[in-house]
Amino acid sequence: MSSHDLSNAAGPGLAARAANSAPARALTRVWLFVVLFVVWWFWSAGSKSLYFPPLSSILKALWNQWVTGPARAELASSLEHLLVGYVIAGLVGIGIGALLWSLRYLRDATSPYLYFLYVLPAPVLVPAAMTLFGIGFTMKVVLIAFAAVWPTLLNTLDGMRGVDQVKLDTSQVLGMSPLGSVFRVVLPAAAPQIVAGLRNSLQVAIILMVVSEWVASTDGIGYYIVTAQQGFDYVGMWSGIIVLAIIGTVANLLFVLAENRALHWHYGARAVEGTRP
Amino acid sequence: MKGNNEVRPDNEVRLEVTATDTGPAGMPVVSLRNVRKVYGGAAGSKVALQDITFEVARGEFACVVGPSGAGKTTLLRTLAGLAQPTSGEALFEGTPLRSVPPGIGVVFQDYGRSLYPWLTVARNVDLPLRVRGVPRTERAQRVAEVLASVGLADVGRSYPWQLSGGMQQRVAIARSLAYRPDLLLMDEPFASVDAQTRFELEDLILRVRQEFGVTVVFVTHDIDEAVYLADRVVAISKSPGVVTEIVDITLARPRDQIATKADPAFAHYREHLLGLVMNR
Repeated sequence: MSSHDLSNAAGPGLAARAANSAPARALTRVWLFVVLFVVWWFWSAGSKSLYFPPLSSILKALWNQWVTGPARAELASSLEHLLVGYVIAGLVGIGIGALLWSLRYLRDATSPYLYFLYVLPAPVLVPAAMTLFGIGFTMKVVLIAFAAVWPTLLNTLDGMRGVDQVKLDTSQVLGMSPLGSVFRVVLPAAAPQIVAGLRNSLQVAIILMVVSEWVASTDGIGYYIVTAQQGFDYVGMWSGIIVLAIIGTVANLLFVLAENRALHWHYGARAVEGTRP
Repeated sequence: MKGNNEVRPDNEVRLEVTATDTGPAGMPVVSLRNVRKVYGGAAGSKVALQDITFEVARGEFACVVGPSGAGKTTLLRTLAGLAQPTSGEALFEGTPLRSVPPGIGVVFQDYGRSLYPWLTVARNVDLPLRVRGVPRTERAQRVAEVLASVGLADVGRSYPWQLSGGMQQRVAIARSLAYRPDLLLMDEPFASVDAQTRFELEDLILRVRQEFGVTVVFVTHDIDEAVYLADRVVAISKSPGVVTEIVDITLARPRDQIATKADPAFAHYREHLLGLVMNR
């Protein structure tokens, strides 16, 4: 199927570079952040604009609302949706991807529809999801899971299909049952691609977390941002946006840490390959 | 040069097996009878093996030589039970091969593809034992033993990709010997290492097959290697794959890279087989 060109948008190279970042390299990255922060701080310091409030007041709101204040509930609720939806997407994506890999007829039969669903922009499903599941927890989790499942599913299928025949022959020679070889050989061999899919799924899940809270919701960060904007509370709006950026960054950081731990063999082997003549 | 003239009595049970001699005592470890293998459908079919018949006796070291395209890899996959013959029979210890039996070990040419890069050397070697449910303490002991046998006692904690090509192929050999198979199949195992390493690995395999008492079928395109290693060389010809001749190699053992290859008999075997393979 045509997943190959779709699925590998974020290759594992990104994480490999992140893994190599020594403290020196970390410093190279930090300086720009410091510069931007300082520029923003002083540029906006005397701002009387309603739409672009001073950074100092945004950070104050960030502290008062999100760290010590009532917006903590919104944060918790959003993170809960994200976590549940993403975990479901990951498990279902790997599970169905593996199933389709092992059942060729099912794969051939479903492949056009998978592609159809994959290209469908998930936010347009919000109205349908509301109709089916109301506006509560279930709707959001279903929407996040549905949108985020595709990168993992397609990458799992693709990664498993790409497993070297010699590795599979070897698994038979070593005496593994077909199911045993899935867990001991196929999954680890496809892991680099599955993980790349999981990373894309995470980005999609964060987007859908916010989108699902915009349209019809009574809680969550998205809900908070929209409400603040509609109530001319632009300081609150900006603080919500910054919180989202922080969530995205931290989630990605945690992901890269986990990835480097799980796939250290992969990056090690690739680095060795690179140095061999 | 004198050393190779003193013919050592062979400890191994070597039987000149004919097609009819399949009694319990002399049962060959593996036998192919009129094996034919055709790939593809009726329209675009390709005959990989036309008609292959030979047997390998217990303890024997048999080499299969042939030019590339003679179906050597297909032959080995059939011997392993990884591929089924289109017609004819492939028997391992008297039983038709339908899948890979537990008593067969295989060393593939490309160690980089057959070793699992996510496992350390020790865990790669341990894997077949784990699959077979060998108790943990025994496993650790056997892994250490077999790694020591191939000269890799100290690298258990490394990953295969951290080792040189020759060392990786030693790991693959150790892994296939760890579960003490009756038959070891090797598919051009030393084709991707340099000449020096190749000689070392050839001597290594001659030593460990004694140590583990394993029957070996070794596929190669290198005639020198085949003559140096084998008790018998099975020459197969290029498309369609048929056995052109089976040559008994009576060079003295233990063999020696310098002395054995300087033996006039070695040159004679070499010349004869080269003629067969080059179809002259």
